[in-house]
Amino acid sequence: MTLTPVITAHWDRPDLYTLAGYRAIGGYTALAKALQQEPDAIISTVKDTGLRGRGGAGFPTGLKWSFVPQNDGKPHYLVVNADESEPGACKDIPIMMATPHTLIEGVIISSYAIRANHAFIYIRGEVPQAIRRVAAAVREAEQAGLLGDNILGSGFNLRVTIHSGAGAYICGEETALLDSLEGRRGQPRLKPPFPAVAGLYASPTVVNNVETICNVPFIVNNGVEWFRKFGTEKSPGFKVFAISGHVNRPGIYEAPLGVTMRELLDYAGGMRGGRPVKFWLPGGSSVPMLTAEHLDLPLTYEEMAAAGTMLGTGTPMLFDDTVSVVRAVTRWLEFYKHESCGKCTPCREGTYWITGVLERFEHGHGSAAEIDTLVDLCDQIGGRSFCALGDAAATPYPAALKYFRNEFEAGTSQAAELEFAPAASYLFSEATAR
Amino acid sequence: MTLGPEIRAEMEQIKQRYPDPRSALLPMLHLVQSVQSEVTTEGMALCADVLSITPAEVAAVATFYTMYKRRPVGKHHIGVCTNTLCGLLGGDAVYAALSERLGVGHDESTPDGKFWLERIECQAACTHAPVMTVDWEFMDQQTPASAIDVIDQLARGEEVRSTRGPVIRNFTATERTLAFPDDGLAGEGPVADELMLAGLRVAQERGMSAPTAGQGN
Ligand SMILES: Cc1cc2nc3c(=O)[nH]c(=O)nc-3n(C[C@H](O)[C@H](O)[C@H](O)COP(=O)(O)O)c2cc1C
Ligand code: SF4
Ligand code: FES
Repeated sequence: MTLTPVITAHWDRPDLYTLAGYRAIGGYTALAKALQQEPDAIISTVKDTGLRGRGGAGFPTGLKWSFVPQNDGKPHYLVVNADESEPGACKDIPIMMATPHTLIEGVIISSYAIRANHAFIYIRGEVPQAIRRVAAAVREAEQAGLLGDNILGSGFNLRVTIHSGAGAYICGEETALLDSLEGRRGQPRLKPPFPAVAGLYASPTVVNNVETICNVPFIVNNGVEWFRKFGTEKSPGFKVFAISGHVNRPGIYEAPLGVTMRELLDYAGGMRGGRPVKFWLPGGSSVPMLTAEHLDLPLTYEEMAAAGTMLGTGTPMLFDDTVSVVRAVTRWLEFYKHESCGKCTPCREGTYWITGVLERFEHGHGSAAEIDTLVDLCDQIGGRSFCALGDAAATPYPAALKYFRNEFEAGTSQAAELEFAPAASYLFSEATAR
Repeated sequence: MTLGPEIRAEMEQIKQRYPDPRSALLPMLHLVQSVQSEVTTEGMALCADVLSITPAEVAAVATFYTMYKRRPVGKHHIGVCTNTLCGLLGGDAVYAALSERLGVGHDESTPDGKFWLERIECQAACTHAPVMTVDWEFMDQQTPASAIDVIDQLARGEEVRSTRGPVIRNFTATERTLAFPDDGLAGEGPVADELMLAGLRVAQERGMSAPTAGQGN
C-alpha cells in the first residue's frame, strides 16, 4: 500500500502554521461549505464516513456526535483532547505544530455540527511550542472573522479556549480531562452518564482527539466516497502513523488504514543495521505487544483485535533484538505506577505490586512461582479498575510473557543486563557518547 | 518575588476565558510558577482568594500535577525522558551523564539554582528519541555528549536553541507561556523537521499521493 499524505501533505511549507500559508493550500474552504449545511447534515456525513476516533479507543465519531441531545436548552461544548501522553504516541503534537489551522478549522466545523458555541483545546503543558502555534492560530482566525461572532456571516458564534495541562497522563482519559478542565485533580468520573450527555459543567460535551478533528475538514471538502477510498469497511480513512524505535528513519508516515507494519517499516528504511524486529506495539504502551510474525497484518482496528492487540493510537514502536523485554515491560509499569491517579484500589496498589515484582525479575531476583502469580495479579486489575488506565497497566506483562516466557524465567537467576547490555540498545555508540 | 496586584489582575483575566472561574486554576498555578519558580503557599492562597475556594482545595490540585513544584526550580528545568522507548534507546545514559555532570539526582536542583534535573515521562516525541527538554522546549535526539554540551553552554550563558522551538529562555518564561500562550514565538523553529517530514519525503521521492476528489485541500 502506498503512502497517502493528507493531513501531512503540506508540512514542507515553511509558512503552513500561519493563516496565509494555510489559506494558500485551500484552508478554510471546508468551513465555508460546512456553514451552508444544516448541522445534522454534517453529523450524518461524518457518520457515513465511518471515521473512528484516533485517540486510542476507535469509537465511531459520527455516532458519538449523534448522542448529544439537541434542543435541550443547555450549552454544548467541544473539548479537543490534546493531552497526548501515552508512551509511544507522538502524532498529535506534531500535527498541532505543523498545521494548527487544520485543527482550528476542524474545531469550528465540529462545534457547528454539535451546536457548541465554546470549544476547548486541552494541550498537555509540556509542549510549549505546540501550545503557542495553536494559540497563534486561534488569534489569527479570530482576527479574520473565522472565530467569534457570526462566523462568515452564518450567524454561528464560537469561542475557542486553549488550556495548558500540568503533567498527568490520566488527564488524557476523557472524564479525568473534564475534571482537570474544571480546575480539579484529574480523576476519572463514573460512566454513565457519558460526556455527550453530562460532560463539562454537567453539559453535553463531545471529547475528541486532535487527529480525529483534523479529519473533519477533509471529509467536508471531499465527501464520504472519497474518504472510503482509504482503508477498509470497518477501518475507513487514512492515519498519521508515527514510527519510533530501532528503525533507520523514524518519523511521521501517513498511509491508509490497512497498510502493514512491514510496508511502513520499508518506508522507514528498515531496522537499524538490518537487525531483526524483536517486538513491536501498534499504538502505545497500553496495547499488547506483537512480534516479527505479525508484521504482515493490516493495521486496522479489526485485524489488530483479531491478533489479540489493538490499533490504539496508531503509533508503532519497534524494538530490535538488543532489547530485554523484561526491562521494557518493567519501565512501562513504572510509568503506570507513577501515573495511577490513586482513586481505585486495584490500580493504585496493583501497579505498585507488579512494578516491584518486575523490578526483581529485571535484577535477576524473581522467583519461578511469581511468573504465574503476576498473571493472576494482572487479572485482578484488568477489568476491575475504575478506568482504562488500570486495564492498560495489566496489559504489558501478560503480552510479553506470551512470547518471551524464557526471559522472565531467566530473571529468576540472572539480571537482564547480563544477556542484554543496555548500551547495545542505544542509538549512539558508547565511543561517541562522551 | 512576591505576587503583586498585576498578577492578581492577570488571574482575573485568565478567569474570563472560562464559563466557570474555577477552570482557570491550572493556568493560574502556571502563572504563580512564572513569578516564583514554584507553587508557593502565598501563590496558593492568592489563587484561592481569586477563585473563592479554600487554600486546601488549591493545594489538592497543585500537588496532583507533576509540573507544579513545591521547591524553586531555579533558572533551567532539564528533563530527560526515561520512559521505555527513549530510556532504552539512550535516555538512561543521557540522564546518567547529566546527573553526574550536575551532581544532582531526580527532582533536585543544583546549589547555585541554575539547573533542576528530572526524569520525565514520554513527551510525545518518541520519533525523536532520546528526548531531552530544557524549560520544556524540545531538545531532540540527544547523546550524553550533546546533552552535556547543552548544559555547559547554558551555564556559560551562551545561546542555545531548541531543536523544534525558540532560543532557550528560562523556566519561568515558559511557565508564563503556559498561562498566556500567544507569546509571539509561534514562528520559531521549523514547521516540521526532517523526522516529521520523513513520510512526506518518501512519498514525494516515490511519486505517491492520496487520491483526490478533485477539489479543496
Ligand atoms: C489513561 C488514558 C489516557 C488517554 N489519553 C488520551 C490522550 O492523550 N489523547 C486522546 O485523544 N485520548 C486519550 N485517551 C482516550 C480518551 O479517553 C478518549 O477515548 C478520546 O479522547 C476520545 O476521542 P476520539 O473518539 O476522537 O478518539 C486516553 C484514555 C485513557 C484511559
Ligand atoms: S484505574 Fe488507576 S487511573 Fe483509573 S481511576 Fe483507578 S486508580 Fe485512577
Ligand atoms: S518515550 Fe520519550 S518521548 Fe516518548
